[in-house]
Amino acid sequence: MTFNLETAEHPEKLRRVAIDPVSRVEGHGKVTLLLDEHNKVHQVRLHIVEFRGFEKFIQGRPYWEVPVMVQRLCGICPVSHHLAASKAMDQIVGVRHLTPTAEKLRRLMHYGQMLQSHALHFFHLCSPDLLFGFDSDVAKRNIVGVAEKHPETAKKGVLLRKFGQEVIRMTAGKRVHGTGAIPGGMNKALSRAERDELLKDIYHIVAWSREAVHLARELHATNPGLYNSFGVFRSNMMSLVGIDEQGPGTLDFYHGSLRARDDNGKLLFDGVDYCNYQQVIEEEVKSWSYMKFPYIKAIGKAQGWYKVGPLARVQNCDRIPTPLAEMERRDFVDYAGGTPMHAPLAYHWTRMIEMLHAAETIKDLLHDDDVLNGEQLVEQGERAWEGVGVIEAPRGTLFHHYQVNEDDLVTMCNLIVSTTNNNQAMNEAIRHVARRYLHGREVTEGLLNHIEVAIRAFDPCLSCATHALGKMPLEVELVDAGGERIHALARQ
Amino acid sequence: MSRAVAPLVIFAVGNPSRGDDALGPRLAEQLAALPPTPAWELVEDFQLQVEHSLDLCDRQLALFIDAGSGTPAPFSFYPLNPRAAFGPSSHALAPEAVLAVFAQTQQAAPPPAYVLCVRGEDFSLGAPLSPAAETHLAAAWAQLETLLAQPTPAAWAALATAAPDPR
Repeated sequence: MTFNLETAEHPEKLRRVAIDPVSRVEGHGKVTLLLDEHNKVHQVRLHIVEFRGFEKFIQGRPYWEVPVMVQRLCGICPVSHHLAASKAMDQIVGVRHLTPTAEKLRRLMHYGQMLQSHALHFFHLCSPDLLFGFDSDVAKRNIVGVAEKHPETAKKGVLLRKFGQEVIRMTAGKRVHGTGAIPGGMNKALSRAERDELLKDIYHIVAWSREAVHLARELHATNPGLYNSFGVFRSNMMSLVGIDEQGPGTLDFYHGSLRARDDNGKLLFDGVDYCNYQQVIEEEVKSWSYMKFPYIKAIGKAQGWYKVGPLARVQNCDRIPTPLAEMERRDFVDYAGGTPMHAPLAYHWTRMIEMLHAAETIKDLLHDDDVLNGEQLVEQGERAWEGVGVIEAPRGTLFHHYQVNEDDLVTMCNLIVSTTNNNQAMNEAIRHVARRYLHGREVTEGLLNHIEVAIRAFDPCLSCATHALGKMPLEVELVDAGGERIHALARQ
Repeated sequence: MSRAVAPLVIFAVGNPSRGDDALGPRLAEQLAALPPTPAWELVEDFQLQVEHSLDLCDRQLALFIDAGSGTPAPFSFYPLNPRAAFGPSSHALAPEAVLAVFAQTQQAAPPPAYVLCVRGEDFSLGAPLSPAAETHLAAAWAQLETLLAQPTPAAWAALATAAPDPR
């Protein structure tokens, strides 16, 4: 399937604009725009190459190494990979249900991860755009600018992030490369001192998270014309939903079954065991991108693509099982007017609702003495040869699928990461922005920032897992039809 | 009672599974193998983030060790100034940006800070250190030993070259 603006008819006659975060080092992405001599946009593509090779890298490794090794996939959400792999390896060691202590400790670790990642994203990546506007001076459109105008906001962002990291450190054992989750359970509980240390701050964390939701809501209310329409496209939505005492349909980042809705909110599938994900999802390969394009099988490539992450999760679920976040979810649903909200900038609002939910959940778990029980951490079962672990990572649904042979070595690994799930959605968002803001206009730094604003709403894993000094974080090139570089813009 | 803070904080950054990106972690390993000292504290991570600004609190000196691509060989050692950075995703901050976060959130000047940037050549997934990076590692370690022998802003200033053009 070729989408509008995905492939130009005569690319050789067009000039190319590349937005390239870093070149050469594997683990990044770039945007290319093909424009004609009148600056009319003919083709827009987001290229992401980061996960090339990792599935092969895992093959041949002992299964018990995998939960630790996969943390090197991503420097920003290693816990998500750690836990998704651990869930898959639980099945390999024949464990379908963890001990209550192990599950609560894993949840604590995961919700700490959600909190820190969401805090980082909003306060230090998106709030500069949202608070100052997309065309504001670059020097202001960053944390310095936010801090000058909203000094407490930036400081709280750092402390929220730090708190989440501390939750991870105490549950995983280390600040990085932690080993908390193991096949079948966990290898440590919280000590009473660790629990008490976290409890000292948790009420501030909940309060600050709630303030962040209100800030995001206020931004939408201030300029609904912009926030409700910028980069907007309609699509299906997919996520895990959990089960609680009210039945299925609750927001759950750690465990559940797969649910998808169409762009009007109608259920496409529900209650799908994620071990059978290949019955409902297929992945398409396109010649111009290293990253695959997943879609819902029953609908097909043309219409079956979907979005994942906070905007999908908050609208896919029926309720949030913590009171403050549930109140904010209802507020969001009311704002959307009873129909699904598809605006990419609404990711920020829903991300903050999720951050509040993560904070409330951490509070509840810290008050549960099960997390202190170091006696019941691991279950055992009958050895199996295949395992699928699925989790809701900060940026969306994350699939880890492994097969293991009789020598305990991984023979097959298939990963569908959140950014892959959002691949088509991100492409659609930037095409919409290109049509709306760039078409027929001289390309300027401010206009190109509009493209980045759309990308940042999804916060894709563009540069995770590797980096190096000496690389420009962002470079924009205009290349003419003959391949000659005629103009460049650089971002420091 | 407040915790005693080492006057020097050393950040060693990189992904050990990505070829020469392991230069930072390799130097961190060598540092960690030294006898414990109250003179400095080592912070190792995949990449720098906003919370690392908190590790700068109450320090007298900071060092950021990282691999470089297309940077001088075998290494460069230069001073840093706060500079806000702004990228397309939230995955990493430049050392200058960590200083900027400190300056803004603490409402104070960060401690004098330097970068030890060790040139890498191959950042492929699963690759070992390249032969060139092995050589650069040895040279960087010698430089690090010199720095740790005199961990003062004045001594480091005398050893430093000019910071590269951020462009």
